[in-house]
Amino acid sequence: MNQLQHTAVSDDAILITGHLVSNCLGAWHPVCALEDIWPNMGVCALIEGHQIAIFRLQDNQLYAIDNHDPHSDANVLSRGIVGDLAGECVVASPIYKHHYQLHTGRCVEDAGICLNTYPVELRDGAVWVQV
Amino acid sequence: MNQHTRIVIVGNGMVGHYFMQELVKRHPDLQAANLQVTVLGEEPRPAYDRVHLSSFFSGSSAEDLSLVEPGFYDRPGLELRLNARVSHIDRHQHTVTLTDNTILPYDKLVLATGSVPFVPSVAGRDRENCFVYRTIEDLEAMTAAGKTAKSGVVVGGGLLGLECAKALKDMGLETHVVEFAPRLMAVQVDEAGGKVLRSKIEKLGVHVHTSRNTTAIVDGATARHRMVFFDETWLETDMIVFSAGIRPRDELARESGLAIGARGGIAIDDFSRSSDHNIYAIGECASWNDEMFGLVAPGYDMARTACAHMSGETGTTFQGADMSTKLKLMGVDVASVGDAHGKTHGCRSYQFLDEVRNIYKKIVVSEDGKKLLGAVLIGNADEYGTLQQMTVNAMPLPENPEFLILPASDGKEKPGLGVDALPDTAVLCSCNNVSKGAIGEAVAAGACSIGEIKSCTKAGTACGGCVPLVTQVMKAQMVKLGMTVNNHLCEHFPYSRQELYHLVRVEQIKTFGELLHKHGKGLGCDICKPTAASILASCWNDFILKKDLASLQDSNDYFLGNIQKDGSYSVVPRMPGGEVTPDGLIAIGQIAKKYKLYTKVTGGARVDMFGARVEQLPNIWEELIAAGFESGHAYGKSLRTVKSCVGSTWCRYGVDDSVGLAVQLENRYKGLRAPHKIKFGVSGCTRECAEAQGKDVGLIATENGWNLYVCGNGGMKPRHAELIASDLSKEEAIRMIDRFLMFYIRTADRLQRTSTWRDNLEGGLDYLREVVINDSLGLGAELEAQMQHVVDNYQDEWKTAVNDPEVRKRFRSFINSVAGDSNIVFVEEREQMRPATVEEKQAQKKQAAKVIPIFAPTE
Repeated sequence: MNQLQHTAVSDDAILITGHLVSNCLGAWHPVCALEDIWPNMGVCALIEGHQIAIFRLQDNQLYAIDNHDPHSDANVLSRGIVGDLAGECVVASPIYKHHYQLHTGRCVEDAGICLNTYPVELRDGAVWVQV
Repeated sequence: MNQHTRIVIVGNGMVGHYFMQELVKRHPDLQAANLQVTVLGEEPRPAYDRVHLSSFFSGSSAEDLSLVEPGFYDRPGLELRLNARVSHIDRHQHTVTLTDNTILPYDKLVLATGSVPFVPSVAGRDRENCFVYRTIEDLEAMTAAGKTAKSGVVVGGGLLGLECAKALKDMGLETHVVEFAPRLMAVQVDEAGGKVLRSKIEKLGVHVHTSRNTTAIVDGATARHRMVFFDETWLETDMIVFSAGIRPRDELARESGLAIGARGGIAIDDFSRSSDHNIYAIGECASWNDEMFGLVAPGYDMARTACAHMSGETGTTFQGADMSTKLKLMGVDVASVGDAHGKTHGCRSYQFLDEVRNIYKKIVVSEDGKKLLGAVLIGNADEYGTLQQMTVNAMPLPENPEFLILPASDGKEKPGLGVDALPDTAVLCSCNNVSKGAIGEAVAAGACSIGEIKSCTKAGTACGGCVPLVTQVMKAQMVKLGMTVNNHLCEHFPYSRQELYHLVRVEQIKTFGELLHKHGKGLGCDICKPTAASILASCWNDFILKKDLASLQDSNDYFLGNIQKDGSYSVVPRMPGGEVTPDGLIAIGQIAKKYKLYTKVTGGARVDMFGARVEQLPNIWEELIAAGFESGHAYGKSLRTVKSCVGSTWCRYGVDDSVGLAVQLENRYKGLRAPHKIKFGVSGCTRECAEAQGKDVGLIATENGWNLYVCGNGGMKPRHAELIASDLSKEEAIRMIDRFLMFYIRTADRLQRTSTWRDNLEGGLDYLREVVINDSLGLGAELEAQMQHVVDNYQDEWKTAVNDPEVRKRFRSFINSVAGDSNIVFVEEREQMRPATVEEKQAQKKQAAKVIPIFAPTE
């Protein structure tokens, strides 16, 4: 898998993601090896002071959102259980169980809240995030 | 209501207390309503549940039986006087006089004096060790006498008499029932039914003597008493209990000149008023249309009527009562509906008799065959709800009414009562007067389980006989409202937890992927993943952080600690039975000090260490393991603690070694994954210092062995545990707990504690006892073997985690940095650390900003 690929989302969705993320022109950072993230789980990366939760779903699809859960004010989302609700990939916060869509950062239970999402890529077996 | 109305209520039994509850419901602030209420009770304690009096013998205490919520009688405007007996009513002066000569004025007087047991005028009836069966004091005296007696006789083979016989049997006495009539329960049951009932009762080891008129009680040769019968035969026994019916307590009314019913009792009108319109009479002391009612439901009805009338409402009237009854006597179902004896002119009956299983059923139908008039059910009363509603609501009979009572054959469904045919006004629960309409409203308001229906309508909470029918109505109502009556776990699995458990077991499924592939869809979610993880662990007990299981775990299981509000974790090492060595305590202290953890002793008698960051956890565990500790599973839906008192080893009252058993139990069941957390308690004597009756599983030592209690709970909705088996050896107790826990794990819903599970279990405690103790489903050996598998495959999760480098790697805050989470900030309070508040964090950040440049936020 040495070719650069947007693993997380379709091209359309990338546009949406790019639209939502204000700093999409930030720098790309290597984070870890793909193997460091167990399938269907998340890890947290510390990038220039930001805590970014990165999730690896089926077929090595990757997602990156803020690690901070605004409902609990704790940095915990990377430790949440991932899955899907009505076809949308979500993570459930371990504190009060709010669900956040991995594509969009939107909170399922609270339409007023939307987390930052970040472009994430797999390059030569390494996970890169743009922050 | 008038200004300053003084109400005096004579009697604080079930009905007297119910009247008070009704009054308070109408006037929550009695003083604001200008009411001054005095309640006089002649017994030393406030109202208690006389219907379930016999449970006193199976372990319930006087407090358990109490019907009075704490503080109920402390409200302003209300005074309860106990040990207060009225000697005289002066209707002209409007006063009552107590036996201590206190005089109390009244504007309205309510007589709820109840009844007294009828004792036939037999010579020698006043001898020592002759009792009646009415109050807790009577029961205490019987218990005391039972300790030295070898045999006991109950005079009276009616409903109460048979309950009383069970009590004597439970005390271990050779038990006899002596009945004047030619059959048992002559009032409710016909001759054929009486025969079946007798045969059932005799099989349980109780000697039944019918058509026996006692003429004298004299000294016995081989026992304390000899009862001599009219034909000069005799029976010797150590104690005698009279339970030959009741008589209304109407002496105050008679003496003050109130009208009396033809067969006794204070005559009342449809408003429960006596012949003096300032005096009401309610319950067993009252006579309406020359009829008296020895059940609690009509008494409650009269209380409601009287209370409504006193408050100026005339719309509510007492119109007699349906005397249908269903009960379990010594484990035998007995039910009687309407005209059980077929006294109606021209009526005809259908009967079914099974002498092999000892089942008798009869229905009485009207002359034209269109209406059901009554029924008798012995040995199995499943159809009671249907038959009772058909009778009371005069519903049309199906074409072949015999099928109503014939056993179903060839899997054909019986003609049930279409609950839709019931009118909304149909009273389903007559004990608490809950109508079909009220159940419907509760469902519409969101109650979707029988447990919820019970708690919000009170239906089925007294005798419980209506629960099957109430459940049917609830389900029908849910369908009507378009609510899906499904118990699907979540959108990924069209199965209940119980069904999934079954699939995992039968198909030997070992991973979530396989389960999802075979039986589900999508990716799963935070509902089904932890549920599956728990089921897989209950069945196979693999290490929960194995690569294919780790992603299913709730955050607490995922990090083998309890996540706190700031994302830090707390660490609880196991201390079986609350026992810990001084060295162990010192080690915990040193570790907590080293990692700057906040320590607190928990309610489960162990030490909780708070404030550990993810990356600290493996190091903390390593040091705890070195000091001889292991995981306490405080994070799991699994066994938490077995709380114990110090027991016979140290305590001067202790009867058995409660700590020893607690340690053994905790070590046996540690790590067992279940639908929810499980707590145990073990007390070394009946003083119950370990509060075992507030736990999922409780054991209390007695001189004869261990008493096993199940399904108790503290917390949000406290529930007293129920006695399921007595006098067990340690080994027997463990086998029963194995079965109980595995049956719970097998059948409960997700996140359902044993208490809620039990409240929703059809068949209730009796069913649970049948399955667990009497092994009615033949599952006992299987459940024990499954438990043994879990026990044999126990491993300390902390140890496995720290020894597996792959797993250990996951314990860090950041995948690309060794830093800690800067959002976890502590300040000192009472010489320990605690999480900083938002304000404190902001203040700290501001100070830090002067030194370290903070990365500017991106937005």
